[in-house]
Amino acid sequence: MNGFKMIWDNIGLFGEGLQNTLVLFCVSGVLAFILACFLTFLLEGAENIPRKLIRWGLDLMRMLPFLIFLYLLYYGLPNVGLRLDVWSAGFFALITYHGAYFAEILRAARTSLPAGQAEAAYAHGFINSSMYWRILLPQMVMRSGPLFGNQLVCLLKDTAFLSIITLMDLTAAASAVQAKYFVPLPPFIFVIALYWSVTLVVETLLRRLSRRAQKRGLVHE
Amino acid sequence: MNKPTPVVEVRDIHKHFGGIEVLKGINLKVERGQTVSVLGSSGSGKSTMLRCINWLEVPDGGEIYIGGDRMGVKSANEKPMSNRELAAMRARTAMVFQSFNLWPHLTVLQNVTEAPIHVMKVDRKDAHDHAVQLLEKVGLSHKHDAYPWSLSGGQRQRVAIARALAMNPEVILFDEPTSALDPELVGEVLAVMRSLAEDGFTMIIVTHEMEFARAVSNEVVFIDKGMVIERAAPEKFFTNSDSERVRQFLGRYRTASA
Repeated sequence: MNGFKMIWDNIGLFGEGLQNTLVLFCVSGVLAFILACFLTFLLEGAENIPRKLIRWGLDLMRMLPFLIFLYLLYYGLPNVGLRLDVWSAGFFALITYHGAYFAEILRAARTSLPAGQAEAAYAHGFINSSMYWRILLPQMVMRSGPLFGNQLVCLLKDTAFLSIITLMDLTAAASAVQAKYFVPLPPFIFVIALYWSVTLVVETLLRRLSRRAQKRGLVHE
Repeated sequence: MNKPTPVVEVRDIHKHFGGIEVLKGINLKVERGQTVSVLGSSGSGKSTMLRCINWLEVPDGGEIYIGGDRMGVKSANEKPMSNRELAAMRARTAMVFQSFNLWPHLTVLQNVTEAPIHVMKVDRKDAHDHAVQLLEKVGLSHKHDAYPWSLSGGQRQRVAIARALAMNPEVILFDEPTSALDPELVGEVLAVMRSLAEDGFTMIIVTHEMEFARAVSNEVVFIDKGMVIERAAPEKFFTNSDSERVRQFLGRYRTASA
């Protein structure tokens, strides 16, 4: 059977998969970023017990293989009486796991900001929260463009794990088509191309962020 | 009639870093409209003293008053102020830093309007108009939309001065404002500061610019090893100080610049 025909006959399935992957990717990407901004905000200030706990939580999350985290949420939690559906487990896993990585990126950017930035804000009467959101965070984000790009691509690829817990994403669509005809190459090459186009879009968006940063002399290329 | 409340009063400030006592009981009073220059060799504690005034450094002992109100500590119960109370007190002062510390992600104009809009909740239009006026005053009307990295050091420091003025502060604290500048850019910053002194702004200036201190200050304070050794009118300070240490300091400075 012709590979193009195989894909064309199942285009609806691929369409559904792509749509689900995009929804997972966009929603998780945005929420993981917002979560990271809040976590980094909570870490702002002198070391204390709650901050230590957050830091441990972040380290723990980064130490965990994503698939095992997903298994824990989807197969493990029912043992303690909490049953998540596929989508909730998927979103929760992607957002918290990648939120931890985003937070780490922001924290690195925070440490590299000169102390004078916060001091100037304090000296002009800023309270901690507006100092963080208005003065520090924009600079941290603009300086971290390439690292965010990397992490978003990882997030995109991690959405594929959700096919294992039966979510009909792009990878699940390819597996289904492959299982139907026992011909693996065309469906997988097709979805690789689709994943790749998504990363191209991500890169284009991040180039815009990087142009903003360059215009302000925050990064040099 | 009562004497007017000093704009800044520093009472017996002490500060340690690790085991080292950097400030050993500093006293200072600055009246409205005065320009006070603080001189002293590097490591004498003069910058630390200045940073205690707006609580960027928290003193270990002593009291600071801005316009008669206690800085950093609630007068009712001696407890540290909340974040919000402290910010409100700090907003009555402004600081110009040695390394400018402009916010690089904001344009020149935004640097000046940022605190008025988001700290003092001034109407955007009013903040904008005030900023335009201030940038004209410091000679940077043509740079509204530039980002700080594209400016020279002298221009950056003038933006920082406009940013400080935008707060309508009761006092402006200058922390070695010209020390990071190329010698040929120092003049433009000092010229702006001189015009502020003439306009009657209250200023405390930590500096190594002797000529400037002599020409512009109402009073010169000399700090050595964490203590105020001499307070005098500039003429007396520079020509006829009572302190042996001051004469030695000035002598060394003259030898260096001769």
